[in-house]
Amino acid sequence: MTQKPEEPEEREQLQKIRAGDVRTASRLIRNLEDESPEARNAMKRIFPYTGRAHVVGITGSPGAGKSTLVDALIASFRKQRKGVGVLAVDPTSPFTGGAILGDRIRMQRHAEDPGVFVRSLATRGALGGLSKAVGDAVHVMDVMGKELILVETVGTGQQEVEIINHSHTVIVVLVPGMGDEIQAIKAGIMEIADIFVINKADRDGSHQLLNELMAMLNMVPEFPGGWRPPVIRIGNCFDPGPFAESLGELAAAINDHYRSLVETDLLGDRMKRKTMVEIHEALRDAILAPILKEMTESGEMEEIAGRLLRKETDPYTIAEEVARRRLK
Amino acid sequence: MTEKKIRIMVAKPGLDGHDRGARILARCFRDAGFEVIYTGCHQTPEQIAATAIQEDVDLVGLSCLSGAHRYLFPRVVELLKEQGADDIVVIGGGIIPDQDFQTLYDAGIKAIFTPGSPLDTIVRWVRTNIRPRVNL
Ligand SMILES: Nc1nc2c(ncn2[C@@H]2O[C@H](COP(=O)(O)OP(=O)(O)OP(=O)(O)O)[C@@H](O)[C@H]2O)c(=O)[nH]1
Ligand SMILES: [Mg+2]
Repeated sequence: MTQKPEEPEEREQLQKIRAGDVRTASRLIRNLEDESPEARNAMKRIFPYTGRAHVVGITGSPGAGKSTLVDALIASFRKQRKGVGVLAVDPTSPFTGGAILGDRIRMQRHAEDPGVFVRSLATRGALGGLSKAVGDAVHVMDVMGKELILVETVGTGQQEVEIINHSHTVIVVLVPGMGDEIQAIKAGIMEIADIFVINKADRDGSHQLLNELMAMLNMVPEFPGGWRPPVIRIGNCFDPGPFAESLGELAAAINDHYRSLVETDLLGDRMKRKTMVEIHEALRDAILAPILKEMTESGEMEEIAGRLLRKETDPYTIAEEVARRRLK
Repeated sequence: MTEKKIRIMVAKPGLDGHDRGARILARCFRDAGFEVIYTGCHQTPEQIAATAIQEDVDLVGLSCLSGAHRYLFPRVVELLKEQGADDIVVIGGGIIPDQDFQTLYDAGIKAIFTPGSPLDTIVRWVRTNIRPRVNL
Protein backbone atom coordinates (compact mmCIF):
# COMPACT_ATOMS: atom_id res chain seq x y z
CA MET A 1 0.00 0.00 0.00
CA THR A 2 1.44 3.33 -0.97
CA GLN A 3 0.58 6.24 1.20
CA LYS A 4 2.09 9.65 1.33
CA PRO A 5 4.37 10.10 4.32
CA GLU A 6 2.79 11.43 7.45
CA GLU A 7 3.00 15.14 8.16
CA PRO A 8 4.14 16.08 11.67
CA GLU A 9 0.81 17.77 12.43
CA GLU A 10 -1.03 14.63 11.36
CA ARG A 11 1.01 12.56 13.76
CA GLU A 12 0.38 15.14 16.45
CA GLN A 13 -3.35 14.97 15.86
CA LEU A 14 -3.32 11.21 16.32
CA GLN A 15 -1.19 11.48 19.44
CA LYS A 16 -3.44 14.09 20.97
CA ILE A 17 -6.53 12.04 20.32
CA ARG A 18 -4.90 8.95 21.76
CA ALA A 19 -4.03 11.01 24.82
CA GLY A 20 -7.72 11.91 25.15
CA ASP A 21 -7.55 15.56 24.05
CA VAL A 22 -11.17 16.68 23.79
CA ARG A 23 -10.60 19.71 21.65
CA THR A 24 -8.72 17.85 18.93
CA ALA A 25 -11.20 14.99 19.01
CA SER A 26 -14.24 17.21 18.84
CA ARG A 27 -12.79 19.20 15.95
CA LEU A 28 -12.12 16.00 14.08
CA ILE A 29 -15.68 14.82 14.70
CA ARG A 30 -16.89 18.11 13.36
CA ASN A 31 -14.82 17.83 10.21
CA LEU A 32 -16.16 14.32 9.79
CA GLU A 33 -19.69 15.66 10.02
CA ASP A 34 -18.78 18.20 7.36
CA GLU A 35 -17.26 15.35 5.30
CA SER A 36 -13.92 17.04 4.86
CA PRO A 37 -11.35 14.96 2.94
CA GLU A 38 -8.66 15.69 5.58
CA ALA A 39 -10.91 14.17 8.22
CA ARG A 40 -11.35 11.08 6.09
CA ASN A 41 -7.57 10.77 5.88
CA ALA A 42 -7.28 11.19 9.64
CA MET A 43 -9.63 8.23 10.04
CA LYS A 44 -7.22 6.05 8.06
CA ARG A 45 -4.59 6.74 10.69
CA ILE A 46 -7.02 6.27 13.57
CA PHE A 47 -8.66 3.05 12.45
CA PRO A 48 -5.85 0.67 13.52
CA TYR A 49 -6.29 1.77 17.13
CA THR A 50 -10.05 1.21 17.29
CA GLY A 51 -12.01 -1.67 18.72
CA ARG A 52 -11.53 -1.47 22.44
CA ALA A 53 -14.61 0.36 23.67
CA HIS A 54 -17.92 -1.19 24.61
CA VAL A 55 -20.52 0.64 22.52
CA VAL A 56 -24.04 0.77 23.95
CA GLY A 57 -26.95 2.06 21.87
CA ILE A 58 -30.02 3.51 23.52
CA THR A 59 -33.20 3.83 21.54
CA GLY A 60 -36.88 4.40 22.24
CA SER A 61 -39.69 6.79 21.46
CA PRO A 62 -39.44 10.58 21.91
CA GLY A 63 -39.49 11.61 25.53
CA ALA A 64 -39.13 8.03 26.78
CA GLY A 65 -36.41 9.22 29.12
CA LYS A 66 -33.34 8.16 27.13
CA SER A 67 -31.21 11.18 28.03
CA THR A 68 -32.17 10.97 31.69
CA LEU A 69 -31.10 7.34 31.61
CA VAL A 70 -27.82 8.17 29.88
CA ASP A 71 -27.12 10.76 32.56
CA ALA A 72 -27.67 8.18 35.28
CA LEU A 73 -25.57 5.60 33.45
CA ILE A 74 -22.70 8.05 33.15
CA ALA A 75 -22.77 8.48 36.93
CA SER A 76 -22.91 4.76 37.45
CA PHE A 77 -19.99 3.92 35.14
CA ARG A 78 -17.90 6.78 36.47
CA LYS A 79 -18.18 5.10 39.86
CA GLN A 80 -16.58 2.08 38.22
CA ARG A 81 -13.83 4.48 37.08
CA LYS A 82 -14.55 3.96 33.41
CA GLY A 83 -13.98 6.71 30.86
CA VAL A 84 -17.34 7.47 29.23
CA GLY A 85 -18.16 8.92 25.83
CA VAL A 86 -21.66 9.93 24.82
CA LEU A 87 -22.97 10.59 21.32
CA ALA A 88 -26.43 12.12 21.47
CA VAL A 89 -28.30 12.43 18.20
CA ASP A 90 -31.15 14.87 17.59
CA PRO A 91 -32.98 15.57 14.34
CA THR A 92 -32.03 18.16 11.73
CA SER A 93 -34.96 20.21 10.50
CA PRO A 94 -35.64 19.13 6.93
CA PHE A 95 -36.86 22.65 6.16
CA THR A 96 -33.98 24.78 7.34
CA GLY A 97 -31.09 22.37 7.78
CA GLY A 98 -30.73 23.68 11.32
CA ALA A 99 -31.13 21.70 14.53
CA ILE A 100 -31.63 22.13 18.23
CA LEU A 101 -29.54 19.60 20.09
CA GLY A 102 -30.98 19.35 23.57
CA ASP A 103 -30.17 15.89 24.86
CA ARG A 104 -27.24 17.03 26.92
CA ILE A 105 -29.36 19.35 29.06
CA ARG A 106 -30.00 16.26 31.20
CA MET A 107 -26.31 15.44 31.44
CA GLN A 108 -24.82 18.81 32.36
CA ARG A 109 -23.85 17.77 35.86
CA HIS A 110 -21.05 15.78 34.20
CA ALA A 111 -19.87 18.68 32.02
CA GLU A 112 -16.77 19.34 34.07
CA ASP A 113 -15.79 15.73 34.64
CA PRO A 114 -12.70 15.17 32.48
CA GLY A 115 -13.57 11.47 32.28
CA VAL A 116 -16.77 12.23 30.40
CA PHE A 117 -17.04 13.51 26.84
CA VAL A 118 -20.52 14.30 25.56
CA ARG A 119 -20.93 15.23 21.92
CA SER A 120 -24.24 16.12 20.25
CA LEU A 121 -24.81 15.21 16.62
CA ALA A 122 -27.54 16.32 14.23
CA THR A 123 -28.96 13.76 11.82
CA ARG A 124 -28.28 15.99 8.77
CA GLY A 125 -30.75 14.07 6.66
CA ALA A 126 -29.59 10.58 7.59
CA LEU A 127 -32.38 8.07 8.09
CA GLY A 128 -32.48 5.48 10.81
CA GLY A 129 -32.25 7.73 13.84
CA LEU A 130 -28.52 8.37 13.68
CA SER A 131 -26.09 10.72 12.00
CA LYS A 132 -23.85 9.56 9.17
CA ALA A 133 -20.83 10.56 11.25
CA VAL A 134 -21.81 8.40 14.20
CA GLY A 135 -19.66 5.41 13.24
CA ASP A 136 -16.56 7.56 12.85
CA ALA A 137 -17.33 9.54 16.00
CA VAL A 138 -17.50 6.24 17.90
CA HIS A 139 -14.05 5.38 16.54
CA VAL A 140 -12.66 8.73 17.67
CA MET A 141 -13.98 8.31 21.22
CA ASP A 142 -12.75 4.73 21.25
CA VAL A 143 -9.23 5.83 20.36
CA MET A 144 -9.43 8.53 23.02
CA GLY A 145 -9.62 5.65 25.45
CA LYS A 146 -13.29 5.84 26.39
CA GLU A 147 -14.13 2.38 27.67
CA LEU A 148 -17.86 2.86 27.43
CA ILE A 149 -19.55 4.77 24.62
CA LEU A 150 -23.26 5.49 24.92
CA VAL A 151 -25.10 6.35 21.71
CA GLU A 152 -28.55 7.91 22.08
CA THR A 153 -30.68 7.73 18.94
CA VAL A 154 -33.12 10.39 17.83
CA GLY A 155 -36.22 8.75 19.19
CA THR A 156 -38.72 8.76 16.40
CA GLY A 157 -39.69 5.28 17.49
CA GLN A 158 -39.56 4.24 13.85
CA GLN A 159 -36.86 2.70 11.72
CA GLU A 160 -34.23 3.03 14.36
CA VAL A 161 -32.78 -0.37 13.78
CA GLU A 162 -29.69 1.30 12.35
CA ILE A 163 -28.34 1.44 15.88
CA ILE A 164 -27.52 -2.28 15.82
CA ASN A 165 -24.92 -1.59 13.15
CA HIS A 166 -23.02 0.63 15.52
CA SER A 167 -23.30 -0.95 18.94
CA HIS A 168 -22.45 -4.09 20.83
CA THR A 169 -25.34 -3.75 23.23
CA VAL A 170 -28.72 -2.24 22.36
CA ILE A 171 -31.06 -0.95 25.04
CA VAL A 172 -34.67 -0.38 24.01
CA VAL A 173 -36.51 1.99 26.31
CA LEU A 174 -40.27 1.59 26.56
CA VAL A 175 -42.78 3.61 28.55
CA PRO A 176 -46.05 2.23 29.92
CA GLY A 177 -49.31 3.41 28.50
CA MET A 178 -47.99 4.89 25.29
CA GLY A 179 -48.80 2.02 23.01
CA ASP A 180 -45.03 1.83 22.72
CA GLU A 181 -44.84 -1.91 22.47
CA ILE A 182 -47.06 -1.95 19.37
CA GLN A 183 -45.03 0.81 17.76
CA ALA A 184 -41.83 -0.94 18.64
CA ILE A 185 -42.98 -4.25 17.21
CA LYS A 186 -43.99 -2.54 13.99
CA ALA A 187 -40.66 -0.82 13.68
CA GLY A 188 -38.80 -4.08 14.24
CA ILE A 189 -37.30 -2.69 17.39
CA MET A 190 -38.15 -5.67 19.56
CA GLU A 191 -35.73 -7.90 17.67
CA ILE A 192 -32.79 -5.59 18.19
CA ALA A 193 -33.01 -5.30 21.97
CA ASP A 194 -30.33 -6.88 24.13
CA ILE A 195 -31.83 -5.24 27.17
CA PHE A 196 -35.34 -3.87 27.65
CA VAL A 197 -35.97 -0.97 29.96
CA ILE A 198 -39.44 -0.13 31.15
CA ASN A 199 -38.95 3.48 32.05
CA LYS A 200 -41.10 5.68 34.24
CA ALA A 201 -42.20 2.51 35.99
CA ASP A 202 -43.97 4.74 38.50
CA ARG A 203 -46.72 5.04 35.93
CA ASP A 204 -49.82 2.90 35.56
CA GLY A 205 -49.46 0.01 33.20
CA SER A 206 -45.85 -0.81 33.90
CA HIS A 207 -46.72 -4.27 35.21
CA GLN A 208 -48.86 -4.94 32.20
CA LEU A 209 -46.07 -3.88 29.89
CA LEU A 210 -43.68 -6.12 31.79
CA ASN A 211 -46.05 -9.07 31.42
CA GLU A 212 -46.52 -8.46 27.73
CA LEU A 213 -42.79 -8.31 27.15
CA MET A 214 -42.23 -11.47 29.16
CA ALA A 215 -44.94 -13.27 27.21
CA MET A 216 -43.34 -12.14 23.99
CA LEU A 217 -39.90 -13.29 25.07
CA ASN A 218 -41.31 -16.64 26.23
CA MET A 219 -42.37 -17.32 22.66
CA VAL A 220 -38.82 -17.04 21.35
CA PRO A 221 -37.54 -20.62 20.96
CA GLU A 222 -33.85 -19.82 21.25
CA PHE A 223 -31.73 -16.76 21.87
CA PRO A 224 -28.42 -16.22 20.09
CA GLY A 225 -25.62 -17.08 22.46
CA GLY A 226 -28.24 -18.02 25.05
CA TRP A 227 -28.72 -14.37 26.01
CA ARG A 228 -32.34 -13.74 26.92
CA PRO A 229 -32.83 -9.96 27.02
CA PRO A 230 -33.55 -8.96 30.59
CA VAL A 231 -36.45 -6.60 31.21
CA ILE A 232 -35.56 -3.96 33.75
CA ARG A 233 -38.11 -1.67 35.32
CA ILE A 234 -36.62 1.70 36.12
CA GLY A 235 -38.35 3.69 38.82
CA ASN A 236 -39.20 7.36 38.80
CA CYS A 237 -36.06 9.39 38.25
CA PHE A 238 -37.30 11.91 40.79
CA ASP A 239 -37.36 9.23 43.46
CA PRO A 240 -33.61 8.82 44.12
CA GLY A 241 -33.53 5.62 46.20
CA PRO A 242 -35.43 3.17 43.99
CA PHE A 243 -34.10 4.86 40.86
CA ALA A 244 -30.51 4.30 41.88
CA GLU A 245 -31.26 0.70 42.72
CA SER A 246 -32.89 -0.11 39.38
CA LEU A 247 -30.09 1.72 37.69
CA GLY A 248 -27.50 -0.46 39.35
CA GLU A 249 -29.37 -3.41 37.89
CA LEU A 250 -29.22 -1.87 34.42
CA ALA A 251 -25.52 -1.09 34.67
CA ALA A 252 -24.87 -4.67 35.75
CA ALA A 253 -26.92 -6.00 32.83
CA ILE A 254 -24.85 -3.90 30.43
CA ASN A 255 -21.63 -5.38 31.77
CA ASP A 256 -23.12 -8.89 31.80
CA HIS A 257 -24.18 -8.58 28.20
CA TYR A 258 -20.71 -7.57 27.10
CA ARG A 259 -19.21 -10.45 29.01
CA SER A 260 -21.69 -12.81 27.37
CA LEU A 261 -20.74 -11.47 23.92
CA VAL A 262 -17.09 -12.13 24.67
CA GLU A 263 -17.68 -15.59 26.11
CA THR A 264 -19.92 -16.81 23.31
CA ASP A 265 -17.78 -15.24 20.61
CA LEU A 266 -20.76 -13.21 19.43
CA LEU A 267 -18.65 -10.11 19.88
CA GLY A 268 -16.76 -11.07 16.74
CA ASP A 269 -20.07 -11.30 14.84
CA ARG A 270 -21.15 -7.88 15.98
CA MET A 271 -17.80 -6.36 15.12
CA LYS A 272 -18.05 -7.93 11.70
CA ARG A 273 -21.53 -6.55 11.15
CA LYS A 274 -20.25 -3.12 12.08
CA THR A 275 -17.30 -3.45 9.74
CA MET A 276 -19.53 -4.54 6.86
CA VAL A 277 -21.61 -1.41 7.28
CA GLU A 278 -18.47 0.67 7.29
CA ILE A 279 -17.29 -0.88 4.06
CA HIS A 280 -20.68 -0.24 2.46
CA GLU A 281 -20.63 3.37 3.53
CA ALA A 282 -17.05 3.93 2.47
CA LEU A 283 -17.72 2.39 -0.95
CA ARG A 284 -20.81 4.51 -1.39
CA ASP A 285 -18.78 7.61 -0.56
CA ALA A 286 -15.87 6.63 -2.76
CA ILE A 287 -17.76 5.34 -5.81
CA LEU A 288 -21.34 6.53 -5.92
CA ALA A 289 -21.02 9.97 -4.39
CA PRO A 290 -18.52 11.36 -6.94
CA ILE A 291 -20.56 9.99 -9.85
CA LEU A 292 -23.74 11.57 -8.55
CA LYS A 293 -21.94 14.82 -7.92
CA GLU A 294 -20.49 14.99 -11.40
CA MET A 295 -23.77 14.04 -13.06
CA THR A 296 -25.57 16.70 -11.08
CA GLU A 297 -23.02 19.42 -11.74
CA SER A 298 -22.76 18.69 -15.46
CA GLY A 299 -26.53 18.94 -15.82
CA GLU A 300 -26.72 15.30 -16.93
CA MET A 301 -29.04 14.46 -14.07
CA GLU A 302 -31.47 17.17 -15.11
CA GLU A 303 -31.42 15.91 -18.67
CA ILE A 304 -32.00 12.31 -17.55
CA ALA A 305 -34.93 13.40 -15.42
CA GLY A 306 -36.49 15.01 -18.50
CA ARG A 307 -36.06 11.84 -20.53
CA LEU A 308 -37.59 9.79 -17.75
CA LEU A 309 -40.57 12.08 -17.46
CA ARG A 310 -41.17 11.81 -21.19
CA LYS A 311 -40.89 8.02 -20.80
CA GLU A 312 -38.08 7.91 -23.36
CA THR A 313 -36.13 5.64 -21.07
CA ASP A 314 -36.35 4.08 -17.59
CA PRO A 315 -34.22 4.28 -14.41
CA TYR A 316 -32.95 0.72 -14.81
CA THR A 317 -31.53 1.30 -18.29
CA ILE A 318 -29.97 4.56 -17.12
CA ALA A 319 -28.31 2.80 -14.19
CA GLU A 320 -26.89 0.12 -16.49
CA GLU A 321 -25.58 2.75 -18.90
CA VAL A 322 -23.93 4.75 -16.14
CA ALA A 323 -22.39 1.64 -14.67
CA ARG A 324 -20.98 0.58 -18.04
CA ARG A 325 -19.57 4.02 -18.74
CA ARG A 326 -18.06 4.77 -15.33
CA LEU A 327 -17.18 1.55 -13.62
CA LYS A 328 -14.78 -0.13 -15.96
CA MET B 1 -18.83 17.37 0.45
CA THR B 2 -21.54 19.00 2.48
CA GLU B 3 -21.35 22.59 3.58
CA LYS B 4 -19.63 23.61 6.79
CA LYS B 5 -22.26 24.05 9.43
CA ILE B 6 -22.12 26.80 11.98
CA ARG B 7 -22.50 25.40 15.50
CA ILE B 8 -23.72 27.61 18.29
CA MET B 9 -24.20 27.01 21.99
CA VAL B 10 -26.96 28.92 23.74
CA ALA B 11 -26.50 28.94 27.49
CA LYS B 12 -27.98 30.60 30.53
CA PRO B 13 -25.48 31.19 33.28
CA GLY B 14 -26.60 32.34 36.69
CA LEU B 15 -29.50 31.76 38.93
CA ASP B 16 -32.55 33.10 37.18
CA GLY B 17 -34.75 30.40 35.72
CA HIS B 18 -36.37 32.30 32.89
CA ASP B 19 -35.12 30.77 29.70
CA ARG B 20 -37.87 31.91 27.37
CA GLY B 21 -35.57 34.39 25.65
CA ALA B 22 -32.84 31.79 25.30
CA ARG B 23 -35.29 29.29 23.84
CA ILE B 24 -36.56 31.80 21.33
CA LEU B 25 -33.00 32.55 20.30
CA ALA B 26 -32.21 28.85 19.97
CA ARG B 27 -35.19 28.32 17.71
CA CYS B 28 -34.32 31.36 15.66
CA PHE B 29 -30.78 30.06 15.11
CA ARG B 30 -32.15 26.68 14.09
CA ASP B 31 -34.45 28.35 11.59
CA ALA B 32 -31.43 30.17 10.20
CA GLY B 33 -29.88 26.77 9.48
CA PHE B 34 -27.42 26.63 12.37
CA GLU B 35 -26.88 23.73 14.73
CA VAL B 36 -27.71 24.86 18.24
CA ILE B 37 -26.61 23.16 21.42
CA TYR B 38 -29.02 24.15 24.11
CA THR B 39 -28.06 23.52 27.71
CA GLY B 40 -30.81 25.12 29.73
CA CYS B 41 -30.70 27.22 32.89
CA HIS B 42 -28.37 27.50 35.86
CA GLN B 43 -25.11 26.80 34.08
CA THR B 44 -21.86 27.72 35.73
CA PRO B 45 -19.18 29.40 33.59
CA GLU B 46 -17.09 26.26 34.07
CA GLN B 47 -19.84 24.04 32.66
CA ILE B 48 -20.37 26.41 29.77
CA ALA B 49 -16.71 26.52 28.77
CA ALA B 50 -16.31 22.74 29.04
CA THR B 51 -19.44 22.17 26.98
CA ALA B 52 -18.41 24.66 24.30
CA ILE B 53 -15.15 22.75 23.86
CA GLN B 54 -16.76 19.30 23.88
CA GLU B 55 -19.27 20.44 21.29
CA ASP B 56 -16.69 22.37 19.27
CA VAL B 57 -18.99 25.34 18.72
CA ASP B 58 -18.08 28.47 16.80
CA LEU B 59 -20.03 30.72 19.08
CA VAL B 60 -21.39 30.83 22.61
CA GLY B 61 -24.47 32.98 23.14
CA LEU B 62 -24.96 33.79 26.82
CA SER B 63 -28.24 35.04 28.13
CA CYS B 64 -28.55 36.50 31.57
CA LEU B 65 -31.38 38.33 33.26
CA SER B 66 -30.17 38.21 36.82
CA GLY B 67 -27.73 41.09 36.63
CA ALA B 68 -24.70 38.91 37.25
CA HIS B 69 -23.48 39.28 33.68
CA ARG B 70 -20.59 41.52 34.74
CA TYR B 71 -18.97 38.58 36.43
CA LEU B 72 -20.38 35.63 34.48
CA PHE B 73 -19.76 36.70 30.88
CA PRO B 74 -16.07 37.66 31.28
CA ARG B 75 -15.49 34.50 33.30
CA VAL B 76 -16.61 32.32 30.37
CA VAL B 77 -14.23 34.17 28.05
CA GLU B 78 -11.43 33.73 30.56
CA LEU B 79 -12.04 30.00 30.98
CA LEU B 80 -12.11 29.40 27.24
CA LYS B 81 -8.83 31.23 26.91
CA GLU B 82 -7.26 29.21 29.73
CA GLN B 83 -8.21 26.03 27.87
CA GLY B 84 -6.74 27.19 24.59
CA ALA B 85 -10.12 27.80 23.03
CA ASP B 86 -10.14 31.56 22.65
CA ASP B 87 -11.16 31.19 19.01
CA ILE B 88 -14.66 30.43 20.28
CA VAL B 89 -16.55 33.71 20.04
CA VAL B 90 -18.68 34.77 23.00
CA ILE B 91 -21.66 37.10 22.70
CA GLY B 92 -24.11 38.19 25.37
CA GLY B 93 -27.76 39.03 25.68
CA GLY B 94 -30.39 39.77 28.27
CA ILE B 95 -31.03 42.71 30.49
CA ILE B 96 -27.77 44.59 30.29
CA PRO B 97 -27.54 48.28 31.12
CA ASP B 98 -25.81 50.52 28.58
CA GLN B 99 -23.07 51.50 30.99
CA ASP B 100 -21.90 47.86 31.18
CA PHE B 101 -21.37 47.43 27.45
CA GLN B 102 -17.82 48.78 27.31
CA THR B 103 -16.66 46.72 30.29
CA LEU B 104 -17.99 43.59 28.59
CA TYR B 105 -16.43 44.44 25.23
CA ASP B 106 -13.12 45.05 27.01
CA ALA B 107 -13.45 41.63 28.63
CA GLY B 108 -13.69 39.99 25.20
CA ILE B 109 -17.46 39.76 24.64
CA LYS B 110 -17.75 40.32 20.91
CA ALA B 111 -21.33 41.59 20.74
CA ILE B 112 -24.23 42.38 23.04
CA PHE B 113 -27.89 42.09 22.18
CA THR B 114 -30.64 43.33 24.45
CA PRO B 115 -34.28 42.19 24.50
CA GLY B 116 -35.11 44.90 21.95
CA SER B 117 -32.68 43.58 19.34
CA PRO B 118 -34.53 42.14 16.34
CA LEU B 119 -33.74 38.46 15.88
CA ASP B 120 -32.68 38.88 12.27
CA THR B 121 -30.05 41.41 13.35
CA ILE B 122 -28.52 38.73 15.55
CA VAL B 123 -28.62 36.14 12.78
CA ARG B 124 -27.04 38.60 10.36
CA TRP B 125 -24.32 39.36 12.89
CA VAL B 126 -23.55 35.65 13.17
CA ARG B 127 -23.43 35.17 9.42
CA THR B 128 -21.00 38.04 8.89
CA ASN B 129 -18.80 37.43 11.89
CA ILE B 130 -18.58 33.67 12.18
CA ARG B 131 -16.73 31.55 9.66
CA PRO B 132 -16.81 27.86 10.48
CA ARG B 133 -13.33 26.66 11.25
CA VAL B 134 -11.53 23.74 9.71
CA ASN B 135 -8.05 23.13 11.06
CA LEU B 136 -6.86 22.11 14.44
N1 LIG C 1 -42.28 10.40 35.67
C1 LIG C 1 -41.07 10.23 35.17
N2 LIG C 1 -40.60 11.11 34.27
C2 LIG C 1 -39.38 10.92 33.71
C3 LIG C 1 -38.58 9.80 34.06
N3 LIG C 1 -37.43 9.85 33.34
C4 LIG C 1 -37.51 10.96 32.57
N4 LIG C 1 -38.68 11.61 32.80
C5 LIG C 1 -39.12 12.87 32.17
O1 LIG C 1 -39.42 12.65 30.80
C6 LIG C 1 -39.07 13.78 30.03
C7 LIG C 1 -38.19 13.40 28.86
O2 LIG C 1 -36.96 12.91 29.35
P1 LIG C 1 -35.67 12.76 28.43
O3 LIG C 1 -34.65 12.04 29.22
O4 LIG C 1 -35.29 14.04 27.82
O5 LIG C 1 -36.26 11.83 27.29
P2 LIG C 1 -35.61 11.42 25.88
O6 LIG C 1 -36.09 10.07 25.54
O7 LIG C 1 -34.14 11.63 25.91
O8 LIG C 1 -36.26 12.49 24.92
P3 LIG C 1 -35.87 12.83 23.40
O9 LIG C 1 -34.37 12.77 23.30
O10 LIG C 1 -36.42 14.18 23.19
O11 LIG C 1 -36.54 11.78 22.57
C8 LIG C 1 -38.40 14.77 30.97
O12 LIG C 1 -39.33 15.75 31.34
C9 LIG C 1 -37.99 13.90 32.13
O13 LIG C 1 -37.93 14.64 33.34
C10 LIG C 1 -39.11 8.88 35.05
O14 LIG C 1 -38.47 7.91 35.42
N5 LIG C 1 -40.35 9.13 35.56
MG1 LIG D 1 -32.94 12.76 24.63
